[in-house]
Parts: sequence; structure tokens; C-alpha cells
Amino acid sequence: MHLAEVPLAAGGDEASHAPFPDLRGLWAACRMRWMRRRLLFRALRKCGQLAAVADRTGAIRPNDILCFATVRNEAERLPYFLDHHRGQGVAHFLIVDNDSTDGTRDLLTARPDVSLWRTGHSYRLSRFGMDWLAWLMIRHGHGHWCLTLDADELLVYPHHDTRDLRDLTAWLDAARRPSFGAIMLDLYPKGPLADRSYQPGQNPLDVIDWFDAGNIVTKYQPPQRNLLVRGGVRRRVFFAAEPERAPTLSKTPLIRWNRRYVYVSSTHSALPTHLNRVRGRAAGDVPSGVLLHTKFLPSIVAKSREEKRRREHFANSSLYEDYYDALIGNPDLWSPTSTRYQGWRQLEALGIMSRGRWD
Amino acid sequence: MSVGFVMLVHTALDRAAAVARHWAERDCPVVIHVDRRVPRAETRAFAAALTGLANVRFCRRHRCEWGTWSIVAATITGTRMALNEFPELSHVFLVSGSCLPLRPVDELRSYLAERPRTDFIESVTADEVDWIVGGLGRERFTLRFPFAWKRHRRLFDGYVRLQRQVGFRRRIPVGLEPHLGSQWWCLTRQTLTAILNDPARTGHMRYFRRVWIPDECYFQTLVRRHSTRIESRSLTLSKFDFQGKPHIFYDDHLELLRRSDCFVARKAWPQANLLYDTFLGPGTAGMNRAEPNPARIDRLFSKAVERRTRGRAGLYMQSRFPREGWENGPTSAPYSVFEGFSELFEDFEDWLGRMVGARVHGHLFHPERAEFADGETVFNGGLSDSAALRDHAPRAFLTNLVWNTRGERQCFQFGPGDRQEIGWFLARDPNAQISVITGAWAVPLFHSHQSFVDLRKRAALLQRTEARHLDILRAPQTRARVRIWTMADFVLNPMEPLQILIDEIAPRAQRRLTEAPRLADLTGFGQFLQTLKNQGMKPYLMGDFPADDGVRAAPARPRRPYLVQ
Repeated sequence: MHLAEVPLAAGGDEASHAPFPDLRGLWAACRMRWMRRRLLFRALRKCGQLAAVADRTGAIRPNDILCFATVRNEAERLPYFLDHHRGQGVAHFLIVDNDSTDGTRDLLTARPDVSLWRTGHSYRLSRFGMDWLAWLMIRHGHGHWCLTLDADELLVYPHHDTRDLRDLTAWLDAARRPSFGAIMLDLYPKGPLADRSYQPGQNPLDVIDWFDAGNIVTKYQPPQRNLLVRGGVRRRVFFAAEPERAPTLSKTPLIRWNRRYVYVSSTHSALPTHLNRVRGRAAGDVPSGVLLHTKFLPSIVAKSREEKRRREHFANSSLYEDYYDALIGNPDLWSPTSTRYQGWRQLEALGIMSRGRWD
Repeated sequence: MSVGFVMLVHTALDRAAAVARHWAERDCPVVIHVDRRVPRAETRAFAAALTGLANVRFCRRHRCEWGTWSIVAATITGTRMALNEFPELSHVFLVSGSCLPLRPVDELRSYLAERPRTDFIESVTADEVDWIVGGLGRERFTLRFPFAWKRHRRLFDGYVRLQRQVGFRRRIPVGLEPHLGSQWWCLTRQTLTAILNDPARTGHMRYFRRVWIPDECYFQTLVRRHSTRIESRSLTLSKFDFQGKPHIFYDDHLELLRRSDCFVARKAWPQANLLYDTFLGPGTAGMNRAEPNPARIDRLFSKAVERRTRGRAGLYMQSRFPREGWENGPTSAPYSVFEGFSELFEDFEDWLGRMVGARVHGHLFHPERAEFADGETVFNGGLSDSAALRDHAPRAFLTNLVWNTRGERQCFQFGPGDRQEIGWFLARDPNAQISVITGAWAVPLFHSHQSFVDLRKRAALLQRTEARHLDILRAPQTRARVRIWTMADFVLNPMEPLQILIDEIAPRAQRRLTEAPRLADLTGFGQFLQTLKNQGMKPYLMGDFPADDGVRAAPARPRRPYLVQ
């Protein structure tokens, strides 16, 4: 008998088995508190990097749902992105344009429900845009339900075809849940990536509608108390040799914001830590959504070439050169085990998201 | 025969006004109680929306707080007004502002007329039945509750605990038998008059003022004193989830509500335009005499509640990541692990696939790659055969595999040559059927004809690994269905254990095995083991094989198909 091998410690939730007082827990809480303050301070320091292009925030009414995003050269995706989320009840978009050159700025300033800021500073050095957004959220997001997304993410949630975000957030309010979790679902086409064509404004699902349904890996991260979900097609195809580098899929994109809150790394985790509690206690489900990730539209091949040169998307970009090289090679991500997207009920049946108690 | 409504309103006043108008225009008097906490401007607009309706009244307003007597007080005020102002009323139906009428008023009228002098109120004895979803039962009647549960949760809980420890109990007034039930009822004029004019009423009121959530027990208890005929069910469809929050109906519940045949549903989402347009619109022709049938909806919801409290077994995802031991089953479906079989039998995997119609994999935890069935490189759901990905999270690999193939039994080979991290997980999983032929790893070594110096090391390593694995399988924490044979025993009589395993995997097939897998050639195996011993190793896991090559069992006729009568 090798008792040392008996799995004693619970890997799952934050129920700590440490004796009272839980010194390690207190220390972690303390560290997280200082991290949050540091990040807030950083946001204040960087607010000078933003220049308003079209500030229409005066039109925001109390209880409006706001959407925040940092974009660069997304003129292709933005028309559908805006339509999709406007249709779900987002009242105002607050967008930071990081030096686009493809007409993104004109496209955005022409929309009456978009407020636009621009900056030429480094995306990587502003924590991938989070510092800029943190400032805008302190300034305009306080008290609102805030949806923080990338331009290549489309939020879907249970019942999204019949109920909008106002219904969802009202339910979350009633259930005393300040945040709503979602995972990214990487969509890809059948066949080599660049062999399709996509028109701005078109539903990306017309072009890329396949995904990996059952290869996620879940891990609990104690200090920030969030769940780290990895997997999907990128882990399968590009990171089969070094799984630790595979991109994180879990996010908490929708939060009833307070000016003291802050996102830590992209929207993968937030502080204070209770915002990351977007899963059930014990074994039950809580409602969650999916961010349809439209990264692999045909333009990805050309974009990868540029990103490889700019080195702005990863903290240590040199480690990801293989990844970019693979993408530049116009790969086929499809496999006979891929699943075709059919809607949220399918995602729920597959166990990718859940309606929880929100029937 | 006339039915009137008492409506308690505190939010979404525009919808409440529309519903009140709906009833009032169909000749049903409506008495409305507006929570005093509603701002005056809103109340005024609400009243303005209902002007011109002669049979709508507003009663004196109380400041209502959830779970307190104020709601009963409001109900009593409204009911009194309804009975006094509309002498023709035979029934009073209590509704809230977010209730939605599902069937035409005429159907309700005829339904009540067919059941004269009947009170429709859910009334369940507090002693014998667990009506309450979580929370206090009979203690609602015997403790004191001075603190608001919604605002001072800790004080509330602490005070309850204190009273329990001290042994404090309130005395229940003589003649009252505590009953509980849904807040929403439909009572006759006779019963209501009797309740409101009960000579002991002041005493009862004083008692119920301090009872926890009196709106779910005041009328429910008193009706037992005064009613001649109780139908213990509510005409209002009202669902609570397992946390006791009322369920909200949205547009997508339209068909469900239609099929329920209930008269009124609570509570409708104020923005559910389709629901309001449909049910407040012009009614459909033809009288529907169906009994209200909330059971259909109940079944649907109880299933959903179970999923939310216990979750889908074996699913690990963003919003379900149970703590170890709390997962309601570590995997989603039964599966089989075979150790030593593919070494001892030459065509075991093919044979097993033919026998049970399951998906038979090779060594899923092989150090080089996951050997999926049919040599696939990517398996269901996008599982990669990369060893690095698998070993990064072996549990997730296995739980994903079982989840992705729900409905199809999975079988795979395992052995001491594989990555062992998954060992404890397999042992703790009640879904795992683990069958081990110990020592069978020696057969491929025996056939490899390598030098005995290399073989000895390899054999010692495999034996140690397997012994450790067997310790895990024999540990008290093990919940898998484990069967262990030594190789010597198995070779003596292979058909019986195989038959047991096959029957367990495919219980409905119930057929006798007519074909055995081909046993590997074991001629000289005993001598092989003896040579290992002579080299200084001690092979023991395979059991007793005499060195004189007394292969007493099948190996003498290895190629012959095994026939069982």
C-alpha cells in the first residue's frame, strides 16, 4: 500500500483544508488585493495614452449594457460584431483603436452607438489593451453590466435566440451573481483556411462553422480562484508538443462592473477573486456562455504574417514563432471528428455551456 | 357565479395594469394592492392607466416586505374590500402583478361553477410533509423571527440557532393545525367570510405576525378550520427552483404554458412581449374543459433541477468543475479496462470487438501515443493521440473520451508498460470495470528472444510497476469493479472469466461464447521463467508455471478454437 499516492487534497474548489486561520489563504488574498491596486494604478497612469475620436458617452443611460473592446485593423469583422451584440441588447460600444490602417476608424465613428478612442502606443505593453479598457471602465462602466470582448469574439449564451442580455443580466442580478463566464470556441472551416472568402457584414458562421467538441482540459487556479480551461483546435493542432503553451479558453466577459474591479490577463480572470466564481458549488451547473471565436477567417493567414513581425500578441512572442509559421502555411484544421455548429442547444447538449438554473 | 381578483402589485406596473384591465373588461372585479414602497408618481400613472373601469378598486396600501406579515395584511385588506364592494362575488382569486392569465375567464367561471363551494388552496400539514424547498419546516411556527432574512441573513441564522440550542418554542394556539402551501389561492366567499370573522381572529393574527413567511401558512392553516371542501392545489402555476426562487417564464415558454392548461401562471417576465400579447389577446374560440395539468411542467423542471444540483455526471467544463469526491460519478458511463489480455491472447482486441460490439482501443496510455481503435490519430470530439497532450492532463483525457462517446461502450488495454498516472483515477471510478491477468506482460518478453540481461531488467521494472498498480486496485478506496487473476489460473480455464466479462459488458446479449480468442504460444514459458529466476530475478505475479514445461493447459493445442457445449 502506498498511502502517499492516495489523492487527498481536493483539486476542485476553494474549500481549503488548512487549519484555521488559513494563513496561506489570507496571504493569497492580500497579494491579490495589492495586485488589483497595482493594476488600477497602472490604468490611471496610462489613461493619457488615449485620445478621444468620438466621445458619445453622454448618451449612456443608467442600466445600459456596455461593450468594451480594443481593436486593430478589424474593419472586416466589426460590422457583424456590432450587429450581433447590438441585437443582443448592448446599448453602447466603447472601443479603443490601436492605430488601425484599414478604415476601422471611419467605420466606427460613423456608428451612433460607438464611442471611439485611439492610441498609437504598444498593445503588449498595455497588457494587451486591458490598461486602456480598465481606464474606460473606471470612467464609464461603474454600475453597468459590462461586456468586454475582442473583435473576433461573438457571445452566445443559453436562450440567446429568444432572450437578450437585459433578460440575462436581470436574472443574474436576482441570483446575486455579479459575473458570467464563457469559453472561447475556436471555429474553423473545412479545408485550408485561406481557401474561403468572407465579406464584411456576413455571418462568420457561413464561412467557418466547425469546432472541436470534446477536448478541453480544466484546472483550478488557487490564487485568483478561477478555472483555467484549455483545449480546442489550437491545442490539438499547434501545441501538441508543448501543451503548457496552449491558449487559455476560459473568460469572464460579462461583469456588473464596479470602478474598483480590474481584469488581470485579458478577460481570463478578474479581481476581486469572487468575480471568477462562475461555476457551480459541489456538482451543479451555473449558467455559462460561449464566445464564438472567429480568429480563423480566411484573412488569418495574411494577418499572421503581420503579427509575427509585430510581436505584440504574446508576452514572449519568440516562443510562438512556430505557431505563426504554421498559420502562414495555410493549414487545414478540420478532422473527421470535427463538429458542425448548430446553435446553443447543441453546445449545451455537448456540455460546452450550460443554462444552469436559468430555464 | 362571479369571480373577482385581488392583485398584489409591486413592480412592472404597466404589465400589472394590462392584466388587471384584461380581467376587468371581462366582467371580473379587481381589487389592487400597490406596495407602499412604490413611488407616488408610478402609482399615479398606474391608476391613470386603469381609469374608466368601474369594477377596479385600489385598497389601502401597506409597506410590504418579503417573508413578513405585511403581505398577509395586504391580502386581508384587499379581500375585505372585494367582499364588501362587490356583493355578487362568489370566489376571490389571489394573484400577483406578475401573474399571467393563461385561459379565458369564462373557462375559469365554468370550472368553478362545476365545483361549487370548493376552495382551491394548497394546504399541506407542516408536520408530515416536506413541502418547503430548503429552509425551515415546522420551526416556522415555533420559533421567533425578528430579523429580516433578506437583509440580515447572519442575524437571522444566528438567532434561529440560538433558539434551537436554548430549546425555545412558541406555543401554537389551540385549534390550529399548522399547514403550508402556495401563497396563491382561490377561495369562496363563505370560507373567506368565516376566516375574516372568526371570533379568535385577533389571537390568530397576533400569533401569525411572528411566524416565518405567514403568506404561505395563514390562509393555508385557517382554511382547515373553516372550509367545508378543500381542493389542496393551487390554480396558479408557480414553480420554484431548488433555492426557493420563483421561476420566471419567458417567451420561449409559450408552448409549455399553453399545454399546462392552468388558469394563471406566475411569474411572467415583464419583457416577455410574446407571452403577454398571446395570453391577453383575443381568446381562441371554443371552450376548453381540461383539468389544469401542471404535472407535465413539473416533470420537465424536476429533471432540470436535478441537473443543476447534481450536474451531468462525468462532465468537466467551465461551469461545472466538481471537487474530487463530489462529482456525482467521475466519468459519465461504464467502460472496461483490460490488463494483460492483449498480451496473453493474440487477437484479443478484434475478438472483443466482435463479441460485444463496443469500441476497443489499444493501450490508450502507451508512452508513445494513445492507441485509439482502428489506428485513429484524432478521436471523437477532437481528442488527439499525442502523448504530450494526454500526459499533460490524463484524467481530462479519459473523462473526455468517455463523455464524447456517450452511448457506446469503451474498452481499452492497460499495463505496466503504460503511463501510470491514471491508476488512482481508474481505481476510484465506479464506472470502471478493471480485469487484470497478472504477469501477462512476461509473454511478449518471452517471445522477444532478447538477451536475458536486458530482459531481466525490463521484467523487474514491469513487475514492480504492476505490483504497485495492484496495490492501488486492492486499496480500500477502490470503487471500480476489479477482477484479478494470475496468469497461471487464467490459462487453466480462460472461458469462464471471459464469459463473465462479456456478460457484464453486454448483459442483454446473453449468449454463450462459441469462439475463444487465440492464446499465445506458451510452449517453454515455464522454462523461460526459470531462466529469469536463474538470472537473479523473481517473477511471481504470473503464478505457478512449473519449470519442466508442464504446460498442462491450453497451450498444448493453442490453435484450436475453443468450443463450449
